[in-house]
This record gives sequence, C-alpha cells and structure tokens, in this order.
Amino acid sequence: MGQCQCGNSAESKEKYFAPLMKILEGYEKKEKDLIPVLQKAQDEYGYLPQDVIKEIANQLNLSFSQVYGVVTFYSQFHLEPRGENIIRVCMGTACHVRGAGEVLDKITEELGVDDGETTEDLKFTLESVACIGACGLAPVIMINDDTHGRLGADDIPEILAQYKE
Amino acid sequence: MGESIYRSHVLICGGTGCVSSGCKEAQDALVKELKKHDLATEVKLVETGCHGFCEKGPIMIFYPEGVFYCQVTPEDMEELVEEHILKGRIVQRLLYKEPTTKENIPSYKEIDFYKKQQRLSLANCGHIDAESIDEYIAEGGYEALGKALTEMTPQEVIEEVKESGLRGRGGGGFPTGLKWQFAHDTEGDKKYIICNADEGDPGAFMDRSLLEGDPHAIIEGMAIGAYAIGADEGYVYVRAEYPLAIKRLQNAIDQAKEYGLLGDNLFGSDFSFKLQIKAGAGAFVCGEETALMASIEGKRGMPRPRPPFPAQKGLWGKPSNINNVESLANIPLIIREGASRFNSVGTEGSKGTKVFALTGKINNTGLAEVPMGITMREIIYDIGGGISGGKEFKAVQIGGPSGGCLPENLLDLPVDYDSLIEAGAMMGSGGLVVMDEETCMVDVARFFLNFTKSESCGKCTPCREGTKRMLEILNRITSGEGRDGDIEQLERLAENIKSTSLCGLGQTAPNPVLSTLKYFRHEYEAHIHEQKCPAGACDDLLNGYVVDEDACIGCTLCAKACPVDAIEGAPKQAHIIDLDECISCGACEPKCPVDAISQA
Repeated sequence: MGQCQCGNSAESKEKYFAPLMKILEGYEKKEKDLIPVLQKAQDEYGYLPQDVIKEIANQLNLSFSQVYGVVTFYSQFHLEPRGENIIRVCMGTACHVRGAGEVLDKITEELGVDDGETTEDLKFTLESVACIGACGLAPVIMINDDTHGRLGADDIPEILAQYKE
Repeated sequence: MGESIYRSHVLICGGTGCVSSGCKEAQDALVKELKKHDLATEVKLVETGCHGFCEKGPIMIFYPEGVFYCQVTPEDMEELVEEHILKGRIVQRLLYKEPTTKENIPSYKEIDFYKKQQRLSLANCGHIDAESIDEYIAEGGYEALGKALTEMTPQEVIEEVKESGLRGRGGGGFPTGLKWQFAHDTEGDKKYIICNADEGDPGAFMDRSLLEGDPHAIIEGMAIGAYAIGADEGYVYVRAEYPLAIKRLQNAIDQAKEYGLLGDNLFGSDFSFKLQIKAGAGAFVCGEETALMASIEGKRGMPRPRPPFPAQKGLWGKPSNINNVESLANIPLIIREGASRFNSVGTEGSKGTKVFALTGKINNTGLAEVPMGITMREIIYDIGGGISGGKEFKAVQIGGPSGGCLPENLLDLPVDYDSLIEAGAMMGSGGLVVMDEETCMVDVARFFLNFTKSESCGKCTPCREGTKRMLEILNRITSGEGRDGDIEQLERLAENIKSTSLCGLGQTAPNPVLSTLKYFRHEYEAHIHEQKCPAGACDDLLNGYVVDEDACIGCTLCAKACPVDAIEGAPKQAHIIDLDECISCGACEPKCPVDAISQA
C-alpha cells in the first residue's frame, strides 16, 4: 500500500502527479506551505500515498523524514486509503456523559470495524474524535459533512442506511 | 442600498447546532410558502449566526414583533406564514414553553435562558447576517478601527485596553493590554498578530459561534491589535474541524478587502494590514501558543520553552502577539464605546462578560454570555434550566481538560478567574459540563486523562509518560482492580507532572484528577476498597441490584421495568432480583417508590 498504482513509466508518473503539480502552483513552495499542501493533496488523492509525500518533500525542498514527521503528527493526515464515507464519532465531554460510548459500540457492531478502521468495501471509515463543537446536540456523530445529533444507539442503523447505497 | 423595504424580517439561525437540527429544510419550506403567497418582496429572510439556544433549534425570530419560535419543522411553515405573517396571529404551539411554569413565551427577551445574559461580545451573533459586511457596519462595525486609526496613537489604544481590564479569554487570563504592551515595546522591522481559534477543549464552542456568527468582529479586533503593536500581517489559526467557521471567516476577509478595510493605508492612514487563515490539521496541543506558531511555520506543532515569549521571539523569530477569539471580539466594543463600557461589568479582578458553553445533563444546552461574578447556581439553574431528567446535580466540570470539577457546595461561588483557580478549577475557555448522580467522577477524570494522554505531543517526559501512568492507574480503578496506595500514587504523579511539564497542556493535565480527588475522594475509595461505583456507571463494578425485602411494598413497578424479567414476586409481596439474570442496567432503581432497590 502507498505505492503509486500506475506503473513506472515517466508518462504515467506525470499523469499521476499532475493534480499535485496543479496544487503546488498556488504556493511559494516554502516550508510554511507544507500543511496546506498536504491538506489539499489529501483532498485530491483521498489519503497521502508514499509517492505523493516524497514528491511534496522534493518540491518543497524538505527531507522526506521531516514531511513524514509532520504527516504523522497531525491526526487529520492519513497514510492508508480511506472509506468513501467518513464517520466521526464525537467523544467530547458532553457526548461522553450523554452516552457516546454506546453510539460508537453500535456503529462498530453494525460495520464490523473498530475505531480507526475502514470497511473492506471502502464504504466507511470509522473514527472517534475529540470534541466537534456541537455539544448542544450531544451525543453527536458526523458523517462526511453532515452532523447527526441527539442520538441513541437505536438511531444508528437507519442513519448508516442512508449512506450505504 | 437600492433594496426594497421589507415589512418583516425573519431571522433564521444558521449556526452548526441549528443546521444539524434541520434549519436549512425549514428555510427552504419557508421560501416556498412566501412565494406561494407572493410575499417574497415583503418578508426578508436573514440567515444569522448562533443564537446560543442550541437545545431548541432550529430557531426563527420574526421581526418587527420579535417573536421567538423554536424547534420549527418544514411542515410548520405554512401555518407560520398564514397565521403570523398574513393574519398577525402568534402561533402559540411553536413558542418556547418555560419548563417550570409551562407558560408560552413569545418574546425571546422574556425567556429565562436569555434574561440573565448580558450579550456584549455575542451582541451580533444571531442578530445580523453573518455573511454581510453591510449589516456589521450598520451595527457600528469598523467604527472602532476608524477611531483607532484616525484619532488614537497605538499607545492610546493599548491604554484603553489596559483600562478595560480585559483578560485573555482562552483560559490563561493574562491581561490583554499588557500583552499588547510587550509586543509593542519590542523593537522589530516585522511583527505579527495571531488569532488563536484552535478551540480544542471538549465541551467549548463559543469561538466557533463567534467565527460563524460575527466574523467581522474578529477581523476588526485583530486590525486594531495589529495597529497597537505595530504589526502589518496577521494569521487566524482555525481548527480544521470547523469548516463553516472557516468559510464564513474567509468570506468576511474577502468582503473587508473589497471595502478597503483590510489592505494598504486603511482609513487614509499609514497603517496597512493583511490577514489570512491557516487551517489546523488536528492536534489539540496547537492551542498552546508556541506550538501554534510552529504549526503555522509548517512544522510539527510542538511547544518550546518560554522565555523567549512570543512578544520577543514569535512567528519566524519575529515579535508576535497571540490572542484568543473571544478576547479579540471584545476589542471593537472597548475602543468604540470606551473602556468603561466594558469594565463597568464584572468583578474586581475579572472585568466584562464571559461566554460559557452549557452542556451535559442540563435542560438548556447552549451558549450563554454572562457578567463575570455571576454564581454557578445562576448559570446552571436560572439560565440552564436545571438538571435534565429530574436527576440530582452532582458536579460541574469547568475549564476542559485543564480544569476541574466543582461540587454542589461551591455552586454559590462567584465565577471569575481567581475564585475558580482557588477552588481548584480554572476558567479555561468556558466549557461547563454539568454532571448528575449517574456520572462517575473517577470515570470523568479517566476520560480527561485519556484525552490529554492521546494529545500529549511527546516532547517532554513528565507529560508523555506521566499522563500515561496516571491513566493506567485510573483504568485499573474503574475496572475494579484498584489497589491500596493508588490514590497517593496519583497525587504524587500529579504534583510532579504539574511542576515539571514544558507547556500548559502538561502543567494542567492532572487538574481533573486532583479536583475530583479533592471533592469526590469517597468515590475513588468506594471503587478501590468496596469494588463499587456509587454512580453505577463503571460496568466492571456492577454486580446487579438487590431489593431490601423489608422495605419493599410489592408494587411490581420494578418488575415491569426490568428488560430481562429478572425480578420476581407477587403483588403486595416482597420482590427478589435474580442476580444471575440481572444485567445491571439500573432500570428498576428509579422506579421504586420507596427506595428499596440498591446496587448489590
């Protein structure tokens, strides 16, 4: 995993990196641009494949290890492919005292994956996150950009069904 | 501005809380209804920022009457248009009902949740269209910036802020004016001003609401700060988890540029200021100022020792000043109306107001801005409407992972920076999580330690290893394997971590444990010595429930409540719980009218 999937010809490499080059055009390619570039690259590729990280290091004139260090420091960056739908279960204080644990357990049970894992069909990635700031609606989950609040474990199957097709 | 005159305005809350309660769908339905009745040119819809009363979302306020409708659905729109707008009759069933008196309250100013609030920094939130610079200007926006640039010297601006008594709203409580003075006094060809919008405390969302509801106030506050310290460039560091806040702020920055309120030679002066957003990438420690600057520079967000303080050596080694969102939101008011407008509110050492995020086991969750010095009891019972589900209050957690839990007997404590520290908690960013009798305080401490352990950046040993060891002990205690000496061990570790950690994250990480040990030590002892969780929350310590046969009156209510039929007994005879069957769900206990059921 993490290798460029396109064979090794110069032409296919160029094609693979084309979106990245486009992203880099908007920046001065200095160290300060690293995090925004990684964010945009991840939006484009869905995660941060090794080849992409190497190319970014190259382009920004940083060492691979430095870039890797940044990627692994921030929880938002991912080295593995991600599901089509990202489920974020809020584990903030308010959600915790209002039963977020049960909600997470139910999702784990329904999808057959643990916290931090992706389903085999690449449909869902499940993550528990610290507060997403919608404490008034606790317990809360976010699926992609949709917030679902005031949940009980029983609400989960129906919500997941909306994203399954 | 060439717009038609509307006879009514409908304010629709577009904060994150209401969006997820379905305000968009309601808004679409309302647009359709208005069109149907040919009212689109007579009634104007305004999407505002957060009203704070997230519990009752989606919220709509109909002006000029100022009628507050809550929990509206798309299906209600037909009736609202036909009754309220066409016939001028209030739709009673959609009004807020006061939980105690059951009375319908039409005007939001009369609702208890708002009555005790004093909205200074939140004045515009929920009141203006957050995406319109014109509405911000109409409310006096950018007047303060104009005043500062044309009538005041930087030093006069700093004096005014000092005079106001404003202290940092991000948690530390350092006087903002003094901070500006330091940055001002440092010589430098280039300086930066930074807004810390990396609101990471679980249970706090006031910064998010301000950015979503009144983004121009932050821009104006930053521009004034930049002028005061001599900076010409600024960054707003926003959590990546707040996409709507980033969108609204970017929109506001673009508008301000277009209006010449950001850029070169503002208000015809020599002062130029440019501002940009940096989105965080998910690391709680980046809320610490030196870590935040490292993150802006494109590095791992790790703190470094201070001194040198950011005012001497900050971003890229240049003098820098970092303020929290809520602190900056107060600046335009202080400059526009003078320090006395602000320092006439509050207590001796803590001036002005503070926004609290009320969450947890409370009836009215939401955001409330109150004068400093108000008591916790007023916040929880008068504004928050008391404990939900008719349960007993146990504790309130304030200040997030750096803060502490306060028990019932401290509810009458006036809330300000100093009294909270004295009580073993801290203001933090202002998250208030209310806990009831069913919340286990050891579990709460474990929850926060788990949080700080995972968010520790790993740079210094006391925080990296110490929080891990504390968590191990807490895990042991909550799973029923606590040992003699665990409490003392926790206390020793806590003191060491506090005094030797590099940054605020580690220095405050033990607070949740220390404050729960201070006020709820008996719960720790019950877990360790009696293998019992008094709150009935720690699964591993639940051994089922028993009935006191002498007290039981045989009413059968418990047996009816049991989901697994583990309770036997004929009517009017003592009941017995079969401990082999009992799943310790606790459903029977509250049903018993004579309190005859307890944990085994």
